[in-house]
Amino acid sequence: MSHDHDHDHTEPPGDLALRVKALESLLVEKGLVNPDTLNTIIETYEHRVGPRNGAEVVARAWTDDGFKQALLADGAATVAQLGFTGRQGEHLTVVENTPDVHNLVVCTLCSCYPWTLLGLPPVWYKSAPYRARAVSEPRSVLAEFGTRLPDDTEIRVWDSTSEMRYLVLPMRPAGTEGWAVEDLQRLVTRNAMIGVEQAATADQQSTGHDA
Amino acid sequence: MNGAHDLGGKQGFGAINPEPELEEPLFHADWERRVFAMTLATGMLGQWNIDESRHARERQHPVDYLRHSYYENWLQGVETLLQEKGLLDIDEAGLQRLTVPNASGAEKNLFSGGPTLMPDVKAPLFGPGDSVRVTRRREPGHTRMPAYVQGAVGRIEAHYGSHVFPDANARGERRGEHLYSVSFSGEQLWGPGAEVARVLVDLWEPYLEVPG
Repeated sequence: MSHDHDHDHTEPPGDLALRVKALESLLVEKGLVNPDTLNTIIETYEHRVGPRNGAEVVARAWTDDGFKQALLADGAATVAQLGFTGRQGEHLTVVENTPDVHNLVVCTLCSCYPWTLLGLPPVWYKSAPYRARAVSEPRSVLAEFGTRLPDDTEIRVWDSTSEMRYLVLPMRPAGTEGWAVEDLQRLVTRNAMIGVEQAATADQQSTGHDA
Repeated sequence: MNGAHDLGGKQGFGAINPEPELEEPLFHADWERRVFAMTLATGMLGQWNIDESRHARERQHPVDYLRHSYYENWLQGVETLLQEKGLLDIDEAGLQRLTVPNASGAEKNLFSGGPTLMPDVKAPLFGPGDSVRVTRRREPGHTRMPAYVQGAVGRIEAHYGSHVFPDANARGERRGEHLYSVSFSGEQLWGPGAEVARVLVDLWEPYLEVPG
């Protein structure tokens, strides 16, 4: 829950690590868990599934209007064509930012997040302050990410209470006409696809979501 | 239940203090990595579903839920389920009845997922544009109806079809109910001068009624 990492735990971290190790040993010994399976699960989310998937989807939507329309009409089926399928992405709605409307995604009840496109959520997304405040004071939340919107921009907040997952389609930055998908996707930050930031501008060195 | 997990609109939690995107590790300690993997791997044994899993985390004492870090809550949840389902005491015969996924089975599971769309068994009561009120309920079990929308009047924006109903699923009963995207004005939820124009919440038909 906590947003920082030096907060008090009732149990010192050492005890927690031991408790986890004991559980893992027990599960393996009982035959309930296969050690190779654990490694595959970790490897999948550390190396194969992450925000570069979402960045590719956004960059394609910026460059191909047919793809964008399909994406907005049926998110899950459209990203499946790029091979992005699986857990926490079975049902997907993509919401588009415009000069008039800015979208922001939260899960007030737990941590629902489009894993297939963004990987596992960051600590702040799962933290009590974000979950509490995103639905009630999103302008203040956005300001903490350095994002300031015009007063007349309508803010829409999507609370992910079902298995429908939400991805924000950020606005394409100015000055990127003619850019290739591979270059555009470097401007698409994870935070922009959650809605706490805009996409990086053409002259900002961005985000490391290399293809 | 509206336990400590039901955080929408709560005050007093302070600043978010996000780590910079490019500097944040996926896990902040090795034990978090192990808890994540064990939770998914034991979930694949098919002895509980995602709503039972969420409920196992939510029904801790509220003070514990808030004090624990995210993956401590996951650990607490998976320990509770393993205990309650009797898996920690399982014998050889019991194990024979389970399918323990190997690495390739797990990989297939991760990339296929588990859709919650169900066949319709009845016509939807509401459609886009309809005005609805969220019911007020205090039930002890799992629900995906956040406290901050209870009693509020909203508008149906979309009908997503019938999806597995979490309140029943958390009791092991898998059935579909119509699911809607419902929008609420900021003013309806938070009063005049709200910072948010609209909040959109996914709500199942049993949570909704015709405004009186």
